[in-house]
Amino acid sequence: MKPKSIAIVGAAETTQMGRIPDVGQSQLHCDAALNAMKDAGLKPGDIDGIATAGDSPTNLALMLGITPRWVDGTSVGGCSFMLHVRHAAAAINEGLCDTVLITHGESGRSNVGRGGMGGRGGASLAAQFEMPYGPMGPPTLFTIPVMRYLKQYGVTEEQLAMVAVVQREWAAKNPRASHKDPITVDDVLSSKMIAYPFRKLMCCLVTDGGGALILTKAERAKDFPQKPVYILGTGESVETPMVSQMEDFTSSKAFRVSGKKAFDEAGIGVGDVDHLMIYDAFAHLPLYGLEDLGFCDRGQAASFIWERNTAPGGKLPLNTNGGGLSYMHSGMYGMYALQESVRQMRGIAPAQVDGAKISVAHGVGGMFAASGTVIMTNEA
Amino acid sequence: MYFPPRPFCPKCACRDVSVFAASGKATLWSYVIHHRPMPGFKPPYSIAVVQLEEGPRMMTNIVECEQTPEALQLDMPLQVTFTPVSDDISLPHFKPAEG
Repeated sequence: MKPKSIAIVGAAETTQMGRIPDVGQSQLHCDAALNAMKDAGLKPGDIDGIATAGDSPTNLALMLGITPRWVDGTSVGGCSFMLHVRHAAAAINEGLCDTVLITHGESGRSNVGRGGMGGRGGASLAAQFEMPYGPMGPPTLFTIPVMRYLKQYGVTEEQLAMVAVVQREWAAKNPRASHKDPITVDDVLSSKMIAYPFRKLMCCLVTDGGGALILTKAERAKDFPQKPVYILGTGESVETPMVSQMEDFTSSKAFRVSGKKAFDEAGIGVGDVDHLMIYDAFAHLPLYGLEDLGFCDRGQAASFIWERNTAPGGKLPLNTNGGGLSYMHSGMYGMYALQESVRQMRGIAPAQVDGAKISVAHGVGGMFAASGTVIMTNEA
Repeated sequence: MYFPPRPFCPKCACRDVSVFAASGKATLWSYVIHHRPMPGFKPPYSIAVVQLEEGPRMMTNIVECEQTPEALQLDMPLQVTFTPVSDDISLPHFKPAEG
């Protein structure tokens, strides 16, 4: 922490205090936030960082109309906001964002709308405005935007299926992959219908596993036994806890904001990338990722994959572990995307990309709710 | 104009907002047809997002219509129909617009 480098310029509590039986917990967050923004003379568009505990930053971003470039949901109890101040100070000093809003709201006495506004609990937006229509988890929610994408760009179900086919080719090279047998477009399209247009082979695996990373200062890295992998740039954002409220069904705002920030920080362009991981919970994710990160023009990602640019031997090796579709997917797959980027940068991946110097790991959270991007290099 | 409802405007943070009745007209924006068992639903059934005439989009089911890709065409005009699910709650569902 650099002393006196960061100032608090807005502060306010909720309009009412004490017993508030007619206001839910999420609105207590929002009410306090509106008062703090008024105190500072700011509008939602002026805020580019959000931190909160007890509610989801994703929920706050949608409700308050904020497009964040920095998000902190650290929740370690009543002192979480002290940690948020510290994390925000570091983030602002580092240039990750300029103006951070930290909120608290708790219906501690009246118990109105408590319990995971950002999740799918009883008081959540999703429980009120999506769950009544019978979605059953990600296969029916993450997938909803894709019909609009297919129509807008004239992309076919065969092209969507090809994403799974190519990733299986990568998985075949990986002894640890769950599924290694080759598949065809016909195999994908004739696999069990889950939620039209998604067949089983377009959906990720459900497996068990884990991963961990250890980071330290680059100057210390030479003291460690493994080849160091340096962080070149990072990005993050959140858009909405409800997929139905995505601004654009053919593109993820969180992907665009996160990707741009990471590439700007790294000072590189898409042409500098040797290896790419895009979190593929479902077959359409690589299409959105390739376009939102700038690797392909709008509507071109499906042809890009069909023409084998991301396949073994192609110019942009993508999801080289086999991805969530064929390697493994325990639920929060982002860790495995990072692990494969690290392996590629160390030069030890089962399907090693020769001479790769820059790797991008791009992740999604929730159903297009959130995004994080990490760009790595093996050059000091 | 915004959805879901909240007592302030997410564009400008203004608290001077009001509720009004929408026309009930919409178009089909995107959907999936769910083929797996789900309590209270008979597969296959559509889970859809519609664009209201007024602008906002919302999740719903398309009803009184075959649950097939052929019958469910994006941008088709729809009309709201309220389905009671309890004594207190009716859900806004959408059906193909007549005429």
